[in-house]
Amino acid sequence: MPLATPLKNLDRELDRFHGRLKVGAAFVVLLAAALLARAFYLQVMQHEYYIQRAENNRISLVPAAPNRGLILDRKDRILAENYSAYTLELTRAQTHDLEATLAEVSKLIEITPGELRRFRRLLAESHEFETVPLKSKLTDEEVAILAANRYRLPGAEVKARLFRNYQAGPGMAHVVGFVGRINDRDLKGLRESGREQNYRGSVHIGKTGLEQSYETLLHGRTGFDQMETDASGRAVRALSRIPPVPGKDLRLYLDQELQAVAEHAFGDYMGGLVALDPNTGGVLALVSKPGFDPNLFVDGIDPETWKALNESPERPMVNRVLRGIYPPGSTIKPFMGLAGLELGVRKPGDTIVDPGYFSLPNSSHQFRDWKRGGHGLVDLHRAIAQSCDTYFYKLAVDMGIDRMHDYLSKFSFGEKTGIDLEGESTGLLPSRDWKQRRWKKAWYPGETVIAGIGQGYHLTTPLQLATATAMLANGGKRIEPRLVQAVRDPLTHVWQPQPVAVRGQLAIKPEDLAVVRQGMMDVMRPGGTAAGAAAGAAYTIAGKTGTAQVVGIKQGARYDASRLSRQYRDHALFIAYAPAENPTIVVAVMVENGGHGGSTAAPIARAVFDYYLTGKRPGNMKLEGSDASD
Amino acid sequence: MPRTSHWILRGLRHVDGILLTLVLLLLGVSLAVVASASGQSPARISGHLINIGLALGVMVLMANVPPHLLAKVGPPLYVAGVVLLLGVALFGEIRNGARRWLDLGFMAFQPSELLKLALPLMLAWYFQRNETVLRAKHFLVAGALLVVPFLLILRQPDLGTALMIGASGFYLLFFAGLPWKVILGGATLGAASLPVVWGLMHDYQQRRVLTLLDPSSDPLGAGYHIIQSTIAIGSGGLFGKGWMQGTQNQLDFIPERTTDFIFAVFGEEFGYAGAILLVGLYLAIVARGLVIAARAPTLFGRLMAATLSLNLFTYVFVNMGMVSGILPVVGVPLPLMSYGGTALVTLLLGMGILMSVATHRQLNKS
Repeated sequence: MPLATPLKNLDRELDRFHGRLKVGAAFVVLLAAALLARAFYLQVMQHEYYIQRAENNRISLVPAAPNRGLILDRKDRILAENYSAYTLELTRAQTHDLEATLAEVSKLIEITPGELRRFRRLLAESHEFETVPLKSKLTDEEVAILAANRYRLPGAEVKARLFRNYQAGPGMAHVVGFVGRINDRDLKGLRESGREQNYRGSVHIGKTGLEQSYETLLHGRTGFDQMETDASGRAVRALSRIPPVPGKDLRLYLDQELQAVAEHAFGDYMGGLVALDPNTGGVLALVSKPGFDPNLFVDGIDPETWKALNESPERPMVNRVLRGIYPPGSTIKPFMGLAGLELGVRKPGDTIVDPGYFSLPNSSHQFRDWKRGGHGLVDLHRAIAQSCDTYFYKLAVDMGIDRMHDYLSKFSFGEKTGIDLEGESTGLLPSRDWKQRRWKKAWYPGETVIAGIGQGYHLTTPLQLATATAMLANGGKRIEPRLVQAVRDPLTHVWQPQPVAVRGQLAIKPEDLAVVRQGMMDVMRPGGTAAGAAAGAAYTIAGKTGTAQVVGIKQGARYDASRLSRQYRDHALFIAYAPAENPTIVVAVMVENGGHGGSTAAPIARAVFDYYLTGKRPGNMKLEGSDASD
Repeated sequence: MPRTSHWILRGLRHVDGILLTLVLLLLGVSLAVVASASGQSPARISGHLINIGLALGVMVLMANVPPHLLAKVGPPLYVAGVVLLLGVALFGEIRNGARRWLDLGFMAFQPSELLKLALPLMLAWYFQRNETVLRAKHFLVAGALLVVPFLLILRQPDLGTALMIGASGFYLLFFAGLPWKVILGGATLGAASLPVVWGLMHDYQQRRVLTLLDPSSDPLGAGYHIIQSTIAIGSGGLFGKGWMQGTQNQLDFIPERTTDFIFAVFGEEFGYAGAILLVGLYLAIVARGLVIAARAPTLFGRLMAATLSLNLFTYVFVNMGMVSGILPVVGVPLPLMSYGGTALVTLLLGMGILMSVATHRQLNKS
């Protein structure tokens, strides 16, 4: 490489160097621009997104579960309350070996097979990161043992939890219901109704009874502690706190003592009873026997106990008052009589001669009266008092099934009463139209005949019977039954009375109603079908007996209760109100396989009246399985 | 006493006022950010102050060393560095899966740090020595001088440091006049060999690159650092959350936040406005460095000043790019901002060299 003069060469070299410096400067500016562009993107364009992420990093909401409202009877006796207890809970994801932890735990404290079964069921239903209770209501000693051995039990934690206690026992189970652990189905429901957020700190939710139907009021509003947490999840400080709002307390119309009296009056029988205040619709007692222990469900029931309860032939989980459907039998007669008068089919003085049966024209089939040889000359008053079947056979035929349907439907037969519990059955009030729709078959005249005495298709719940009877007692006011009388705000401690839910007023001519009511009063007097149950009462009762057939009886055969084993005996029905002149209580009773209403169901109603109206508690009232038939 | 103050005054004569001002401004910002990032830890702050004092002393000292003396230090320093690298390869201590450290008994030492200055000094010395007879073979020799330490560091393995040292060597060759066709040819060749390089990369290096491309693929593992630092920067917004108010910082979400990730703290607390000012300060230093290079009377001075300036910004770019999620995570501190004595001393040593080049104008014209 031949060299030019050093000086010139140096100049050229310097020029080139300066050129390269400019390239270097441009390169640096380019890099700086890239950095600032990236910063602009992050800090200006994406700022909202990143500030949100930073806030999410920093702030965690710790839900504070509210205390659940109490459920009190009308005299403020506690039916459902809360208590705090220590529970041993396991989180599967945090145990290295679940079985090993379980084995360690059972070396330290006693885990019953039932608890273990329940745990495994809950475990199967939950996610890996959920905590599942193994044993609740730990004793202080157990808590101490577990605390001392914590390091040996990875994934196990002792936590203080709020529980629900139903000290009123099995008799109140169908009213109060129970809460249970929130399951996937509950969560789905909460999500769909937009209430999921409010249950973030909650473990339990009402599953049945009032716990279910008043869930929203009882639960209250979940509070949140807004905590600032560092990267390791440790709470650094509390930012703000939205305190939980406790659930509202419920005061019922129901009287726990009255309920106990009614339950006791059933003796060994199963069945249902509901007592209403005819003026408010308030449910004074609601018994469905047998009951069950609602406390079993609070922290998850073990599968075997659940199976036993669910598959028991006695069906303890079924609320017979709301869901038991039976033919109303003779208890329909006062309503039929009223329909006859109001629709102008009968006058009070109209009589028939009852030969002991009824036959349709051009038919030899005999619809028999329960009384052999018949009741002779019968008007409506007598027909109710003596429960004359023939009178009502004929009345039904004269009225026709459709008019019968339309009138009876005004008493809430065939529709929900609107009680503040879920799962009520509508029963069934038949009509020509219904049969066509349901069975695609024509209505037969014979079906009208037996409908007149509450047999055939007609099905009713004890609650519907009581609601209808209340209309006889209060002069036609259709009131929805209510368990809850008042609601207490936990903050102000003020009881807010719940409104009486009047659905409508049925216009009944007073003279028509008087005839029916007189008939019902005579049911309870000598010569009436439940006279025995009213003997010695300090007040007057108006009532009506009935039987609901369990097995059909062949034409010409005779029903003989003493020959039937108990499970095939008829269900005994009884509706009544008292005092007859100025009713304050209405009762409907259904005794399963109780035979005749007058002998098994009416005495139960009497015990309820006695306690409610005079405060008299029954002695050691023991019902014999009376087999007396009419 | 007058004698001492006389020496101090004489020493300060070689300090470049503009560069000093810019450096002090950056160090002031650094002190504030380290204080915030360490949760006002007295140990960290005083440690940082000591490092700053020490490094400033070294800077002033270097400013007084005339460039021709500096040039003479180049070859022995380079040789020593390469020998030590060989020592590391043979007897080095393995930490975190890489053989980078040499246990000197009283302290552990990374020889690769030494090369950061030794390589440019060596190359600048070499070009100055052959200034008048510069030919293609000199570039070849210079290239060999560059590749030896580069490969030694690469196989430690320490890709980040190797690339940074390679970059400084390349800048020097570039300013020395490496022909464009060689540069472009090399770039084409490099791009073509990327797949081969990928195959030679270690698992953790590949993972870093992959994590960079999609941090959310591993949000709790390798991606966590990048995710948290970008959240910090992004949440800072236009004007930041205020000094000591950054929640990502104060609540420990930012990793390594006094050292490699200090820019995340800065970005969170001072926002985009702060970032512009910070980058502006770095650009000002680079600009001053390039001016010094342009005015330098000797080839050695020109090459050193230009290379050190570009090198500084390369560190800035690699660090900020990593923290804001556009470059892979490599352990490179942010110049003059990150806590850490070695890096600070090395940097201010470089600033001292710049000042020496700037102030020894006529003195070494021999």
